[in-house]
Amino acid sequence: MTLDQIKPGTECLIKKLTVREKLGQRLLDMGVYPGLKLKVLRNAPLEDPMEVEVDGYFVSLRHEEARFVEVQLP
Amino acid sequence: MRAQKRLIALAGQPNSGKSTVFNTLTGATQHVANYPGVTVDKMTGWYRHDGTRVEVVDLPGTYSLTSYSPEERVSRDFILHETPSLAVNVLDASNLKRSLYLTFQLIEMGILLVLDLNMMDVAEKRGVEIDAHRLSERLGVPAVPTTMKKGRGKKELLDAIATVAEGKEPLRPARIDYVEMEPPFRTIEARLASETALAECYPLRWLAIKLMEGDREVKRLIRESHPDPDPFMKLVEQLRADFETRHQKAPEMHIAHRRYQAAGEISRSCIKPRAGLKYPLSDRVDRFVCHRFLGPTILVAVIWLLYYLSIVQGYNVTNYTWPVLAKIRSLTESLMPAPGFLDIPLIRSFSLWFVDSINALLNYVPIFFILFGLIAILEDSGYMPRMAFMVDRFFSRFGLHGQSTLPMVLGGIYVGGCAVPGVMSCKGIPDERSRLATILIIPILNCLAKVPLYVLLINIYFAAYKAWAMFFISTISLLMVLPVAKLLTLTVLKKKETAPFIMEMPSYHIPSLRAVLGRAVQRVWLFLRKITTIVAAVAVIIFVLMQFPGLSKERMAFFETKKATAVSAFLKRIQNTAYAGVITADNIMDFINYWNAYKDARLQAGGGAKAQALNKTYKRKNPEFFSIVRRQGANGKTVYRAARGLVRTRQQLLMDMKNERINQSFLGRMGKGLEPLTQWAGFNWRVNVALLSAFAAKESSVATLGALYESDVSGETLEQRMAKGEADFTPLHALALMLFMVLYPPCLATVIAVKVQTGSVKWMLFSMIHPMVLGVVVAILVFSGGSALGLSGLQAMAGFYGLALAATLFMGFFKNDIRSANTIKKGGNGHV
Repeated sequence: MTLDQIKPGTECLIKKLTVREKLGQRLLDMGVYPGLKLKVLRNAPLEDPMEVEVDGYFVSLRHEEARFVEVQLP
Repeated sequence: MRAQKRLIALAGQPNSGKSTVFNTLTGATQHVANYPGVTVDKMTGWYRHDGTRVEVVDLPGTYSLTSYSPEERVSRDFILHETPSLAVNVLDASNLKRSLYLTFQLIEMGILLVLDLNMMDVAEKRGVEIDAHRLSERLGVPAVPTTMKKGRGKKELLDAIATVAEGKEPLRPARIDYVEMEPPFRTIEARLASETALAECYPLRWLAIKLMEGDREVKRLIRESHPDPDPFMKLVEQLRADFETRHQKAPEMHIAHRRYQAAGEISRSCIKPRAGLKYPLSDRVDRFVCHRFLGPTILVAVIWLLYYLSIVQGYNVTNYTWPVLAKIRSLTESLMPAPGFLDIPLIRSFSLWFVDSINALLNYVPIFFILFGLIAILEDSGYMPRMAFMVDRFFSRFGLHGQSTLPMVLGGIYVGGCAVPGVMSCKGIPDERSRLATILIIPILNCLAKVPLYVLLINIYFAAYKAWAMFFISTISLLMVLPVAKLLTLTVLKKKETAPFIMEMPSYHIPSLRAVLGRAVQRVWLFLRKITTIVAAVAVIIFVLMQFPGLSKERMAFFETKKATAVSAFLKRIQNTAYAGVITADNIMDFINYWNAYKDARLQAGGGAKAQALNKTYKRKNPEFFSIVRRQGANGKTVYRAARGLVRTRQQLLMDMKNERINQSFLGRMGKGLEPLTQWAGFNWRVNVALLSAFAAKESSVATLGALYESDVSGETLEQRMAKGEADFTPLHALALMLFMVLYPPCLATVIAVKVQTGSVKWMLFSMIHPMVLGVVVAILVFSGGSALGLSGLQAMAGFYGLALAATLFMGFFKNDIRSANTIKKGGNGHV
């Protein structure tokens, strides 16, 4: 399952990042890395982007970027 | 011996309060420049501490120090190559773990550090207590707790900086143990030490870490400085591949992971969570602020308020500041040599033109001040990223970015903005392609200075449909901007670097009055310093272009004869009155100046006591002239009428001369030279001249039209004069002209801002040419097309609106990025 498919209000576990280089490094630098719990908080009024909470920290990202984050529902 | 000068860097993540720290340290000494080769702002300031002048460079706020973004590259290069004596690392005390992620990277770069544990008040409010002493012990770096927003901890920070910079205490910064990656690091370090001389300039461990991360810039550095780079680079790739197969994770992932682990471990050991640790407020606020229906409503309300307070109320404030500027003008006027009957001294007309040009700009200062203050509030409160969050989907459809919102609001998304702050605020957009697209389309939005021309034309040619016409012109710019932005990103900007959208949603803060006012003042000042000089220079150029080569000798002689006729006719008329000797050929100019001065003063004074006082003054000045202007005594009326006639004749002559001069001038010739092309858009040479002069500043267009249609009957409005002067001008002409104005090339100040923000002359020129081509095409389409189809102005307006709307919808339909085509399939019911 990938992060873009997670409905708001759901918690999940980050399994893997399937992208490297610029986007992959950026995800890491913003605190999205495997092993962490992540909660999808909401989608923007026009559905995209989405806001997530990771480690007490709030980040928004586009769905096309969230596609590269593999997650697992608990 | 103590060094008298010192250079330090300020580093930190976005939203750590770094700019507040910078402002508190350096105050009014700041200036902006660009880092070489990139468009990242380089903010520099200085302060004096114990006799040492300390130069502070505010590095761009970054989360990390990779080579993927220009901001991060710039920060790294500065630390490595400018060798500041230390870096002050600003940390968000309420978010310690995340902040330390950057701290470790700074330590790895081998620079001396002082930690500024900022925003202690926020941490305390959130129920977090930080043991700064312990933090400093664990990291081996001094840590100073501060709340810079309130100026708390400044002295301690300055002392710590001095102590570290003087090297009084040897520091042993902590270093991360990368465990299973240590062996490859050791291998790389050893090879670099024996094969290259890089150790002299770079910490080898840092190079090793970066090579394992796959950093492109460091790879390039090695290729440049290694005598035999290929086997070495092969080794590095081998080490990376081995690590990945053996540990089942990418090396850069491992590195980031270890940094977070170390950061988490240290922050846990230094934080004492007090009872009742609070869940951050921001999520609860976002539930409303980013709500599906409430969110957009709040967004519109915020933008409306921004407009209302800055543009509407700002204009009201200018009613109070304008008289000050008007006084400067009349003071200049009084200092200049008096005008002759026909020859206005060049220095006089030039000075007044110059003051008028500068005043036109200074008049906007209250608006800018309010605007910049409000933007500072939006920035400090944390609302800005929410704005980007809400509209990103819409704007990204047109190749723009969520963060294009603010620049577009400033540029005048509805009506009345200013392209200069709009373009300047584009620097926050992380995506190069969207950033350039935003910069290039902002001048097409409706800036304040375009509005007077709209109002003028609508009042003449669309008087019956004022509201509709105003709505049309206010919204049409957005309908042209969006398709143009899309076209640009699909063509000329196609190959530009893009960046991930991923953005922090920082917690909300109540902005402090001090910070907001400080920022507003500072930005207005920077703006004035940069822009005023340019406008002044252009005012001079336009003046020359409009004034020279001037009238020929024959024409001057012609006007002189006219003058002589008028004067002698006047003298003849008063010959047989009681005033015969009072006005003679010698003092006739004194009389005319007296007359004009009195009339002007009288107009301003109004009635009552003021008028009486005025009369007294003028009576004292010259009792005989006074009785003429008051129509007193025998034949008073006759003389008054004669004088009035003379004054008007002179004005008419002056105006004829001026028209002829502009007609003959370089600018006039340009206007005429363009007529063969512009006639298809319905512009005659006069309109061309007005448009050419608008390049300096758009408000000049109305002023120039005013000069071109100057009237002999004072009190007639420009509307009436223009309608009279251009009898064959139809609403269709006006529509073409208005649309051209919408697309008009950016004014000079904006062009300079574009140059600064894009860092390239090429883009600056492009920003001037593309709207011009577009404007001519649209104007010709509307005018020639409209004429061919026999459309009325209103019909053409509706037709064009439909076209623009269709273009916008069409452009919005397909996406820029094929990669993302399959990501929009999500159902819409998941929202809470």
